[in-house]
Amino acid sequence: MTMHGMRGLSVFISDVRNCQNKDQERLRIDKELGNVRNRFKNEKGLTPYEKKKYVWKMLYIYMLGYDVDFGHMKAVSLISAPKYPEKQVGYIVTSCLLNENHDFLRLAINTVRNDIIGRNETFQCLALTMVGNIGGREFAESLAPDVQKLLLSSSCRPLVRKKAALCLLRLYRKNPDIVNVDGWADRMAQLLDERDLGVLTSSMSLLVALVSNNHEAYWSCLPKCVKILERLARNQDVPQEYTYYGIPSPWLQVKTMRVLQYFPTIEDPYTRRTLFEVLQRILMGTDVVKNVNKNNASHAVLFEALALVMHLDAEKEMMSQCVALLGKFIAVREPNIRYLGLENMTRMLMVTDVQEIIKRHQAQIITSLKDPDVSIRRRALDLLYGMCDVTNAKDIVEELLQYLSSADFTMREELSLKAAILAEKFAPDLSWYVDVILQLIDKAGDFISDDIWFRVVQFVTNNDDLQTYAAAKVKEYLDKPAVHETMVKVSAYILGEYSHLLARRPGCSPKEIFSLLHEKLPTVSTTTIPILLSAYAKILMHIHPPDQELQSQIWAIFNKYESCIDAEIQQRAVEYLALCQRGAPLMDILAEMPKFPERKSSLIKRAEYSEADTAEQSAIKLRSQQQTSNALVVTDQHPANGATSPISVGELSLVKVPSMITSENDTSTDLSQQNGALSNVDTQPPSADLLSDILGPLAIEGPPGATVQSEHNAISGLEGGSDAVDGSAIVPVEEQTNTVQPIGNVAERFHALCLKDSGVLYEDPYIQIGIKAEWRGHHGRLVLFLGNKNTAPVVSVQAIILTPAHLKMELSLVPDTIPPRAQVQCPLEVVNLRPSRDVAVLDFSYKFGTNMVNVKLRLPAVLNKFLQPIQVTAEEFFSQWRSLSGPPLKLQEVVRGVKPMPLPEMANLLNSFRIMICPGLDPNPNNLVASTTFYSESMRAILCLVRIETDPADRTQLRMTLASGDPTLTFELKEFIKEQLISIPTAPREAAPAPAAAQPTPQIPPNDPAAILAGLLS
Amino acid sequence: MGIRFILMVNKQGQTRLAQYYEWLTVEERRALEGEIVRKCLARNEQQCSFVEHRNYKIVYRRYASLFFLVGVDNDENELAILEFIHLLVETMDRHFGNVCELDIMFHLEKAHFMLEEMVMNGSIVETSKANILSPIQLMEKAT
Repeated sequence: MTMHGMRGLSVFISDVRNCQNKDQERLRIDKELGNVRNRFKNEKGLTPYEKKKYVWKMLYIYMLGYDVDFGHMKAVSLISAPKYPEKQVGYIVTSCLLNENHDFLRLAINTVRNDIIGRNETFQCLALTMVGNIGGREFAESLAPDVQKLLLSSSCRPLVRKKAALCLLRLYRKNPDIVNVDGWADRMAQLLDERDLGVLTSSMSLLVALVSNNHEAYWSCLPKCVKILERLARNQDVPQEYTYYGIPSPWLQVKTMRVLQYFPTIEDPYTRRTLFEVLQRILMGTDVVKNVNKNNASHAVLFEALALVMHLDAEKEMMSQCVALLGKFIAVREPNIRYLGLENMTRMLMVTDVQEIIKRHQAQIITSLKDPDVSIRRRALDLLYGMCDVTNAKDIVEELLQYLSSADFTMREELSLKAAILAEKFAPDLSWYVDVILQLIDKAGDFISDDIWFRVVQFVTNNDDLQTYAAAKVKEYLDKPAVHETMVKVSAYILGEYSHLLARRPGCSPKEIFSLLHEKLPTVSTTTIPILLSAYAKILMHIHPPDQELQSQIWAIFNKYESCIDAEIQQRAVEYLALCQRGAPLMDILAEMPKFPERKSSLIKRAEYSEADTAEQSAIKLRSQQQTSNALVVTDQHPANGATSPISVGELSLVKVPSMITSENDTSTDLSQQNGALSNVDTQPPSADLLSDILGPLAIEGPPGATVQSEHNAISGLEGGSDAVDGSAIVPVEEQTNTVQPIGNVAERFHALCLKDSGVLYEDPYIQIGIKAEWRGHHGRLVLFLGNKNTAPVVSVQAIILTPAHLKMELSLVPDTIPPRAQVQCPLEVVNLRPSRDVAVLDFSYKFGTNMVNVKLRLPAVLNKFLQPIQVTAEEFFSQWRSLSGPPLKLQEVVRGVKPMPLPEMANLLNSFRIMICPGLDPNPNNLVASTTFYSESMRAILCLVRIETDPADRTQLRMTLASGDPTLTFELKEFIKEQLISIPTAPREAAPAPAAAQPTPQIPPNDPAAILAGLLS
Repeated sequence: MGIRFILMVNKQGQTRLAQYYEWLTVEERRALEGEIVRKCLARNEQQCSFVEHRNYKIVYRRYASLFFLVGVDNDENELAILEFIHLLVETMDRHFGNVCELDIMFHLEKAHFMLEEMVMNGSIVETSKANILSPIQLMEKAT
């Protein structure tokens, strides 16, 4: 085969191939890039052939993983070449090198349109393919009607129409707001009458997208799809070219059955009968054959048919046929079929009534857990997890534990999490649950997250009959020679609380327990030492009569840690020592921990989003129902200690004990502090999204029941207030009559989301709203994840977007009802028209039971999301800086009341807002210079330059200068940065004239002494 | 979307052809290709053709020294993709006559043309070999 004259390309490729190592390759590539760049500089001398050759070289280099940051224009310009070979290269290379946001693409839009509406069908195909691969918004706007016309045109040949179908699919998916598909049902139905299998194949992909969005509109397509399937299954009128190893286009069969899975049922009896006949034929008539390709192709069709039968979930007999088939598959030798058998069996679990039949295959599935292939092991793990219930939990969890020791590293974390969840969900008795978790910690301590051990502590605390058992059990583990640090944590906690219950047993005297724990201290990290100290203090308290020797030993330890550099350890040592020396109060304060309020396991919560609740009553569930009265223990009364005043954790963390000790009456606060201290082992604030779940379990927090309502209000009043102020930027403050309290701080969640692109926006006991966002230039695509956390549906769901004038926002349809434990995704498209600091608000309401809940939530579609960091050189910076000479393009302001922070922290803050620090541009080390680009529809990309001059003697003031090519942008960005510098967590708009005098803010990193100091002094 | 990318990699792990249907930067591509090559090339004949990676799957097939790796969404029909790979190889066979790594390397543009006729934006557009190859024949006539 000749190269059609592109010898230079061949030579280059073989040069690269002959390179001995990566360095040589890079040298050769750099040389070639230099060469191509040079040739491109002098465009006049280039023949079309040469252009083509160089463009291919660029693509080859790009494919090898090297950046090719020039010459894109050349590729795009080839699109307008008159001759086919050049044009083809132009189209193909453009769609490989560029993406939809590339500016050069816009330049080609006219040529592309001319090719699409022109008469040359090979040009039409090229243009449609490129638009189908990388076409963006502008293409949708100017081309969608033409493409639609081509797809339906009877004068167009199939080769053009099949490309038009997929081109339209892309334009529709990317810009559902522009490509109008109302009334498309009839056209799609008409399209399905097509005989050409190529056109049908691509039309079917288009139909999948349309139907998945709104199946209601496309009922008329359903019988036609069944007809196509029938035609293929019976092999009627299928050209040889579309028959693959004797099977009529397996791909079209699969796609057609995929479309059918988007319709909830099939009502029409005739269509239904026809479909079931076809499915029956596939289920029964697929034999294992020798030829691998034929076998794979027929099984591809078979697995899709299985999925469709499961989806239709109708004929009992057919369902058991399916399970029988899958049972056969998971035992065969062929690994692909085994894998797919396991995968589909897991899907089948969603269907009711088949669990019992699946359970018969348990032994076989457990065998697959030991398969040499990790892909198969993963499927087996998922299936075992899904099929577990109270009847088989013991067997399955024990298998998982056994497998844990030999499992590969990549699976251990998932494995131990799943084992922990199953143990909790389905424990036949609680001591077994404790056994499982301790075994997990023992075998895979590194993979056990904190919430797993928090949870076991909760159970032990809340179940009196479990305490002695757990204490004896952890002591056994501590006796072993090597103990994982997590085991030390949980043991120290449990032994501190309950080792006195063991006191009469051999080897369990307070002294022995103390030395057992204390010998671990040198091996543990600073996060564990506080727990050990608490345990020592508790052990000491339980000794009657006091043991002078042990007491002086423990006091000596407290003494030693009084000057520890770690604040948490130091505080505990000081406090415990002070408490011990006071004698009597110690008894009360260090008394046994009160019961934890019953709350849902964060582990199970994590798991529930993805699965339906098929759980039968497990021991733990029963327990929790019997014990709901305990739920309010903390807030009602402290039975053990007779304390009265209920205090929520939020406040606890602020209470400073030393000042309290002086008043003897105030033991309740001390006590609470004591209890609270443990929950604060981890110093991270439990605000950000998942952290509240993970760190939360030990926190004493009343459930959102009526009894605790008033306290909650008292404490959350402040936050609620600031929220209302924030929201009022756009929405008039309404009386919030909600009786449902949010979980976590709404304002903090919002601010966290301003800096990252996914997380939880809002959560309350019933619902969780998550956000995931993607930002590209002036476009944003957010997805709202509305999750119902309960076993009953959430109804009357309404989401209204209050859009500020500078944004264009479009929220897709939000369903009225969210089914139990389900999550719905609602895409939200955002276009930024011009610069502004106004914030969009989501007005969200729903009804749960009798509760009507309405919240107004700011959406993190804020100014900085439309920034793109850009690194500029000193020359670029200074020439721009000089050319923007003064107001209104360049503004300067002295800002006072700045939250004091070290310069690197300020730099980080700016970087996190995508304003990129350019180090070294400003000779003065106290100054920061930064640059960024702002994207909006009206102005495209605009470069913004920032300079901040700080005064090392007074960090509360600075001078800021901002420059950009647009006066509004300059002003808005200046104000935006100012808001961030003055008060980071909440940015009240009114603050401008009198900047809220640097309130101590939660964002001060708690471990940065300088920041803490600065905070104290201000 | 279906297909996210199609890679052809030799057994030394060198990329011979890469077609992505979602935009990734050069760095992201390099990282992704490295991870996938590490994961898939170490597998043996007794293991299945599917590898779970990040939040999607890789369906792969080996022909002599060359691996064909296709990244697909989790809900894609794996066997259909596996045979689609074979269809691609048979199509190349029909054109080159017993295709080998060097054919794909030195006729990068033709490999691209064929792929372009078979997949658009991650969806299968054509499965008839004659239809797939007709534009290439047209071009050969033109030059």
